[in-house]
Amino acid sequence: MAKVAYYPGCALEGSGGPYDRSTRALVDALDLEMVNLQDWNCCGAMEVKNIHPMLQTYMSARNMAIASEKMGFDTVMAPCNGCYHNLKKAEYECATSAETMQTVQELASKAGDPVYKGNVRTIHLLEWLMEEIGADGIKQRIRKNLNGIKIANYYGCMYTRPRQIFPEKDQGPGSESSHKPHFMDDLLAAAGAVNIDFPLKTACCGGAHTLSDSDTSTQLVLNLLQAAEEAGAEVIATECPTCHSGLEMHQIRAETRFGIKTGVKILYFTQLLGLALGLSARKLAIHENISDSLDFLHEKGVI
Amino acid sequence: MAIHEKSLIAPEDLMTADKLVIDGVDVSGHWNTMIKPRYVSDYDPDFCKVIQSYGGGENVHRCWQCGSCTNSCTVYAINADFNPRYWIYLVNLGLQAELLKDKDIIWQCVSCNKCTNICPKDVRPEGVMKALQHWLEDAGHVPKSSSTKFDEEFTRQCFERGRIEDTEVIMNFFKQTGQDVVELVKQGWLGIMLARMNHLPLLRDGRIGAFLARLPLLGPLKMGWAMLFKPRTKSWGRTGEVLRQYVEEQKRLHHG
Repeated sequence: MAKVAYYPGCALEGSGGPYDRSTRALVDALDLEMVNLQDWNCCGAMEVKNIHPMLQTYMSARNMAIASEKMGFDTVMAPCNGCYHNLKKAEYECATSAETMQTVQELASKAGDPVYKGNVRTIHLLEWLMEEIGADGIKQRIRKNLNGIKIANYYGCMYTRPRQIFPEKDQGPGSESSHKPHFMDDLLAAAGAVNIDFPLKTACCGGAHTLSDSDTSTQLVLNLLQAAEEAGAEVIATECPTCHSGLEMHQIRAETRFGIKTGVKILYFTQLLGLALGLSARKLAIHENISDSLDFLHEKGVI
Repeated sequence: MAIHEKSLIAPEDLMTADKLVIDGVDVSGHWNTMIKPRYVSDYDPDFCKVIQSYGGGENVHRCWQCGSCTNSCTVYAINADFNPRYWIYLVNLGLQAELLKDKDIIWQCVSCNKCTNICPKDVRPEGVMKALQHWLEDAGHVPKSSSTKFDEEFTRQCFERGRIEDTEVIMNFFKQTGQDVVELVKQGWLGIMLARMNHLPLLRDGRIGAFLARLPLLGPLKMGWAMLFKPRTKSWGRTGEVLRQYVEEQKRLHHG
C-alpha cells in the first residue's frame, strides 16, 4: 500500500468543505490510511498561471517536495481536480524539461524550501479508490444499496485534459480513459446506482470564469444540467469542488436571472459512496450542499 | 494555408451588384458576388516573437492550421467569433490590426484545455490565448479584464500567505470590479443562493424540525473562522517574495 499524503487544497478548506468531510469519512469507513500533507500551500489553481506559468509549476512542485523530503512519502492524493491537474502538470513539465526542473530547484534553494526531485507521484482520489479498493471491493462493503438512483457522472476538464500530462491514463484495461473516463461510473455502479449515458462527462462548466464572466458560465452549466435531465438523470455526481460549486450556483442563477428551472440534484461522488457504505447524511455533510437533495434521498430510501 | 471561414470575410469586402447581365446571362444579385482583392502591407514579421515571449505563447509558431482547436473549443460553440485557429494564424502572419478586431473577447477563454488536448503540433492554444490577453493589456489595447483582476487578487494572497481564503478573494474581486455585494444579495441570485445555503425558506415555512435537520453548523462556522484567522502556510517564509521577484525579473528580461 502506498504511503499517501492527503492534499485537500484551498477549496476543500473553504467552499468545498462538504467534499473534504465526505472524503475523510469515506476513507475512514474504507479503512484506508492517509496522512495530511504537512503545511501545504495553494497549487496555484486556475489563476496563478495567468500571472506566470512558472508560479503554478513551482507552487505545485513545492507540495510534492514536502511529501517526499519532509514526510518521506511517495504519493500525494488530491480529491480536487484543480489541485490534481496542477500537480500532474508540474510533474510532467519537470520530467520533460530540464530547464523547468532547474528553475524549480533554484527557486526552492533561494526560498529555503524543500527541493523537488521528481520522485513523487500525484493521484486523484478516484484513482486511489480504484487502486486500493476497486469496484468489487465496494460491492463487498455495501451496507445500503443506492437503489438505482439515476446518475450522470460529471468529470469536468481538469481530470483528463490535456491527456499528455496523465501518462498513466489510456493504458488499456483497468486504466482510466482520458477520452471517456469511467472510474466514477464503476464505483457508483458497484454501489447500486444506475449510470445514465451522459454525453457531457468531460464538458466544461466555465469554472475559470464563474464570477468574472457569469453569463458564459451560466450557459455552460445549463448545457450540463439540461443534458443530464434529458438523459434521465436524477443526480449529477461531481468530483471537483469548482465544478460542484459552479453547478450549484449557476443552477440558481439560471433560474433567477433567466427563468430556466432545472431540478437535477448535485452531489459529490464521495457523498453517494458514503451513503452506500452506511454513513449518515450529516457525517457526509450533505446538508451543507447548496443543492438540497435530502428530500430526494429520503424518497429514494437511501437515508 | 488558412481555411477561410465565411464569417471571416468582412462585409465591406463583399461586392454584389443588384442588376448585372454578362454575355446575355442575367447574374443579378448573389450570382455575381465577389470578394474584393486585398493588399495587406501593415504586417509585423516579429509579432510572433512578441507573443512567444509571454508565458504560454512559446509554441505559437508550430501551428499548421488544422483547425482542431477551434473545432473543439467550448467558447466557439457559443460564440462563433471566438476563433483560436484564426488568431494563431494572425499572430504568425503578424496581422495585428486584424487581431485587434477581436480584442474584447479573447479573455473569455475558459481554460478547458480541449484545444491543448487535441492539438497535433503541441501549440498549446490555451496558453496562447493567455499570452494574447497579456499582450493586449500590456500594449494598452484593452483595459484589464475582470478575469485578470481576479487572477491578480488570487495571486496576491498566494504571494502573501501561501494560501487563499475564498470568501476574501470573492469580496475583494467584487470591490475591484465595482460590484456592490449588498446590491447583488438584494437583487437576486446571490441572495437566493445564500438563503438556500442556510436553508432559510424552510424556517419561514414554519418547519422547524426540517430546518434543524438541514442546519449547516460546521460549514459557515468554519468559513467565518477562516475570514478572521486567514489560512496561512507557516513555512512560507521568503517563498512569496522569491516568486514575486522571479515574475518581475522575467518581465524585465522579456518586455523591458
